[in-house]
Amino acid sequence: MTAKTKPDRSNVSSSVRSSPVWRWILYAVMIVLAVLFLFPLVYMVSSSFKPDDQVLANSDSFEAFLPIPFVGLENYVDAIERAQLPRVFMNSVIISGCIVSLGLIVNSLFGYALARLRFKGKKVILAIVIALIIIPFEALAVPLLFMGAEVGWLDTYQIQILPFIANPLFIFLFYTFFLGIPKSLEEAARIDGAGPVRVFTRVVAPLAKPAYATVAILGFLFSWGQFLWPSMVTRGIDVRPLPVGIGVFQNTPPVAWGDIMAYTVLMTLPLLIVFLIFQRQFVQGVASSGVKG
Amino acid sequence: MTAVDSTQTNATTEPPPESKRGGADRSETRVAWLFILPAGVLLILFIVVPFILAIVFSFTNQRLISPLATRFVGLENYVDQLTDGLFWKSLWNNARFSLFVVPVQTAIALMLAVLVNQKFRGRTAFRTVFFTPVTVVMAAAATIWILLFNPNGLINAGLEIITFGNFSPDWLNSTIWAMPAIIIVSMWQGVGFQMIILLAALQDVPTELYEAASIDGASTWAQFRNVTLPGIRNQLIFVLTVTTILAMRLFDQPTLMPRTPGGPLDSTRTAMVHMVDVGFSRQAIGRGSAIAVIFFAIVLTLTLFQRRFLREEGEV
Repeated sequence: MTAKTKPDRSNVSSSVRSSPVWRWILYAVMIVLAVLFLFPLVYMVSSSFKPDDQVLANSDSFEAFLPIPFVGLENYVDAIERAQLPRVFMNSVIISGCIVSLGLIVNSLFGYALARLRFKGKKVILAIVIALIIIPFEALAVPLLFMGAEVGWLDTYQIQILPFIANPLFIFLFYTFFLGIPKSLEEAARIDGAGPVRVFTRVVAPLAKPAYATVAILGFLFSWGQFLWPSMVTRGIDVRPLPVGIGVFQNTPPVAWGDIMAYTVLMTLPLLIVFLIFQRQFVQGVASSGVKG
Repeated sequence: MTAVDSTQTNATTEPPPESKRGGADRSETRVAWLFILPAGVLLILFIVVPFILAIVFSFTNQRLISPLATRFVGLENYVDQLTDGLFWKSLWNNARFSLFVVPVQTAIALMLAVLVNQKFRGRTAFRTVFFTPVTVVMAAAATIWILLFNPNGLINAGLEIITFGNFSPDWLNSTIWAMPAIIIVSMWQGVGFQMIILLAALQDVPTELYEAASIDGASTWAQFRNVTLPGIRNQLIFVLTVTTILAMRLFDQPTLMPRTPGGPLDSTRTAMVHMVDVGFSRQAIGRGSAIAVIFFAIVLTLTLFQRRFLREEGEV
C-alpha cells in the first residue's frame, strides 16, 4: 500500500548467486514444477480431441498427452448438443456478468464511503462489514434456500445473482485500496467545485483500476465456479450454470470422457482468457490493495 | 483564507473556507448513506437475515416442505448432532484435511513465491503457469482429476513406473486414499492464489534490508529467516487464515469426486457435505441450521484463535 510505482524489488540475494550453475538448477526446478502444474491441463485438452474409449486406454503411455487418434471437433459438437451448452453457457455469462458488474459498483461505493466520507456510525459499520467476512456462505445456504422457496424464486436467475452482489470481503478490499490513494488529489478536485459523487467517478474510480481488476477477477472466479448453491436452487437446465450442467454426463452411462473433457475445456477457457487479459492489473491490484490481513 | 490545514503539503491544494466546509458536511453524510445503501440493503437481506434465520431455525423442527406446523424444540437439534457419530466423523475429516493442507500448501506457496521472485528470464511466464490452475473452476478440476485418479489412469501409470508396480491404489474408491486424492486436487488448484499474495508481499520487503544483511555476511537462509519472514508476516497470517476458512468449507471436491458424495463410507464426508445432506437432501432445515451454527462457531473460534496466537507470537 506504500508506493504506487516502485522499482524492481527482487531479492538482492539472487544476484549474489547468479552463477551459471545456480541458474541451471533454478531453471530445472522451475520446469519440473511447471510440468506438475500443467500436465492435467494438457491432458484435458488432448483428451478432448480423442475418441471416448481412447482417453483411458492411452493413459499408460506418452500418448496420453497427444491428441492421437485425432477426432477433430467431434467431442465438442457432442458436448455442445448433449449438455445444451449454448443455453448453460449463456446462463453462466448472465449470472456471473450481473454479479461481477453490479458488485463492482455497489461494493466500491460502500468501500469509498467507509474510506473517505465523514458520517456518524462509520466505525460501527466498518466493524460489521469485517465481522460479515467471516460468515461462510455455506452456513447461510439452508435458510437462504428456505427464503427463496417462500418467495417462489427457485429455478430463477435472481436467486443465483442477488445474494452474491454485495460482498463484505470486496467492500473491505476497496476500502483499504481507497485509503491508500493520496487525499490531496481528491481535495484538489473538491476545490474545483466537484461534489463527492463527481470526485468519486472522475478522480477516485479511475485511480482504483487495479482494485477494480482484482475484485473483478476474484468475483469472476467465485461466481463462475459456484457449484453448491446452483445445485440447490435449480432443478432443470433452463437457468443452470456450467459447473452444474456437467452432471448431465455423469448421469447417463457409458461415460463419454472425450465429451466431458471437451465440456471442461469450454468451461475453463473464458476464465483463463479473462485472467490472461487482466493478469497485469490483477497482480498489481493484489500487491496494492488490502489483501494484507 | 483563515485556518490552514497543517497536514497540507501540496502547494496546489488549498483548504476550502470554513463556512463552506461546514455546509458540505450534511450533504456529505447524505452522499455517504447513498453510497452505502445499495450494498447495505443486499448485505442485510442476504447475509444478516439468513444468518438470524439459521439461528432461529436451529431451535425448531422446521422442514422445507411439511404439513406439520413448525414448533420450538429447544436444544434438540444440537443434542442430535453432538451425539451423532456421523457429525463428528465429518468434523474429523475437515480436521485432517485442514491439518495437512493449511501448512503444506502455504509452505509450497511460499516456496513458489520465492522462486518466481528471483531475477531470471521468463519468470513472468512461470508466475502465469503456477496461477493457471486457479482459473480452472473446481467442478472442472474435479472432473479432470477423476480421470487422472482412475485405477487405470495417468497417475497410477506414473506411480507404477516409479514404484515398479507396487503402488497403484483405486484412489477414489478407497477409504484411505480418497482423502489424499482430494487433498492433491485442492492444493493443485489453490496454491497459485496464495503464491500471488505472498509474491506481492515479497516485493514489498525493502531491498535495503537484504543489502544490509548481505553486507553483514548473513547466509541466504539467515536472510530468509530474519528479513523475508518478518517482512511478509501479515500476508502470511492472512494466507493462513483464509486457507483455514476455505479448508473448513470443503464441499465441491468430496461431492463431485467419489462415486457418492462424501464417500466411500463417509471417508470424505465434511461438515458442509453433512450439512447439505441433512438440511437439503433430507430437507430437515432445523437440523441443517444447527449444523450451520455449530460450523460458524468453529470457524469463528479458529479465526480468532489463529489471529491472536499468530499476532502475539510475532510481537517479539
